[in-house]
Amino acid sequence: MLIMEKIQNFFLLLRYLLPGLGITISVTIIALAVGFFLGTIMAVIRVYGGRILSGLAASYSVIVRAVPVVVTIFILYFVIAEFINLTPFLSGTLALGFTSGAYQSEIFRGAILSVPPGQMVAARAIGMSRRKAVSSIILPQAIRLSIPAWSNEVTLVLKDSTLVYIIGVPEILRRAQWISARNLEPFMTYISAATFYIVITFLISQGLDFLERRYKVEM
Amino acid sequence: MEKHLGNEPILTIENLKKSFGELEVIKDVSLAIEPKEVVVIIGPSGTGKSTMLQCVNLLTKPTAGKIYLENQEITAPSINADKVRQRIGMVFQEFNLFNHLTAIENVTIGMTKVLGMKNTEARNKGMYELERVGLAEQATKYPSQLSGGQKQRVGIARALGMDPHIMLFDEPTSALDPELTGEVLNVMRKLALEGMTMMVVSHEMSFAREVADRIIFMDEGYIVEQGSPHKLFNNPKSERTRRFLSMIGSINREK
Repeated sequence: MLIMEKIQNFFLLLRYLLPGLGITISVTIIALAVGFFLGTIMAVIRVYGGRILSGLAASYSVIVRAVPVVVTIFILYFVIAEFINLTPFLSGTLALGFTSGAYQSEIFRGAILSVPPGQMVAARAIGMSRRKAVSSIILPQAIRLSIPAWSNEVTLVLKDSTLVYIIGVPEILRRAQWISARNLEPFMTYISAATFYIVITFLISQGLDFLERRYKVEM
Repeated sequence: MEKHLGNEPILTIENLKKSFGELEVIKDVSLAIEPKEVVVIIGPSGTGKSTMLQCVNLLTKPTAGKIYLENQEITAPSINADKVRQRIGMVFQEFNLFNHLTAIENVTIGMTKVLGMKNTEARNKGMYELERVGLAEQATKYPSQLSGGQKQRVGIARALGMDPHIMLFDEPTSALDPELTGEVLNVMRKLALEGMTMMVVSHEMSFAREVADRIIFMDEGYIVEQGSPHKLFNNPKSERTRRFLSMIGSINREK
């Protein structure tokens, strides 16, 4: 049966691609974590920092978002890695993280600004320092408010993670390329690769939708 | 209702001035408040009543003048404003409850994050404060699940949790539907009876008449007139006071 054979073939392909899934997910998670760290810090600096610091953070955001991610990957891998020992995996992941940091700083900055100003005033009125008010009152609300925009960023980083294949990191797309060069069935192979991305994206958005409902803040 | 007030003022304001750019909101205000005194500040809107409270709480920096809290000049440049604010409770017109926290967490967050209290200790004290405002059953509700009156009572409990030496109320019932003001005013009445020092900016004239030890009428950045509720409502000396009171229909209606 031709159909049965095709289906069997499809599952076989998925098995070949599976090791790439781990790498795709690691790249995505590490890049998001780096981006989250950079993004929250830069968002706080841009809203509450002095003129110079917030100017620096704003410039970072503008420049990094203007540069294509592939160029950032190349800069890290071919330039920076000359001086510091960076594996292709780290170069690619950090490049994605730096880029995501710029986008996430925009997301969190918008969210911080949408927390009503009375929240800061009330926090200061019970004796909190500015720093404490930001960390215990403003940020917890801002992060909840930014879940919808953030879940979009997660899927974007997941898809951008394919770009690290350019410097040879064996994630899903790279493996799909190897396989299709051997089995000469690009259609089936790339359909299998696409299936992985669809499934992960679906699971992530379900998970984040749940978080959004669970931690919704009504103003 | 004569109260025995201490002699040493708890709060002294000396020649306070505050401008926002060109706009002079407070032109020259001096004022002393004694421990356990309840002072209600009335006057047309935009005359600096709320700004004065914000200056006292150091949420706004005065343009000129000095403010003393318990003999310490809190407007001095060397002062730690966060420490000062811990001693001053503030209740806002718009409640400003922390939206992501339950009622009890709203009350305890200052105790744990500012005073460094243990969680269980803070929780017990928080429940006690919520009981004081009659909201122990609503402890685990979020602000969005509470009525306006309940929100404001949580706001009062949050301020009380820090054991303030003086409480400032900035139009605490102005954002409430008329049928909800009573529950908030009752809590404030109870606090006054317990001997809390209170500065209240309010348009609730019957509350002022009944609870205040002193009414201050402010207009155009000055204190125009002050005195006991009886004196001020029945026999205002200034023409401006009289005009204001008759405008809001509060003159000579005391029982």
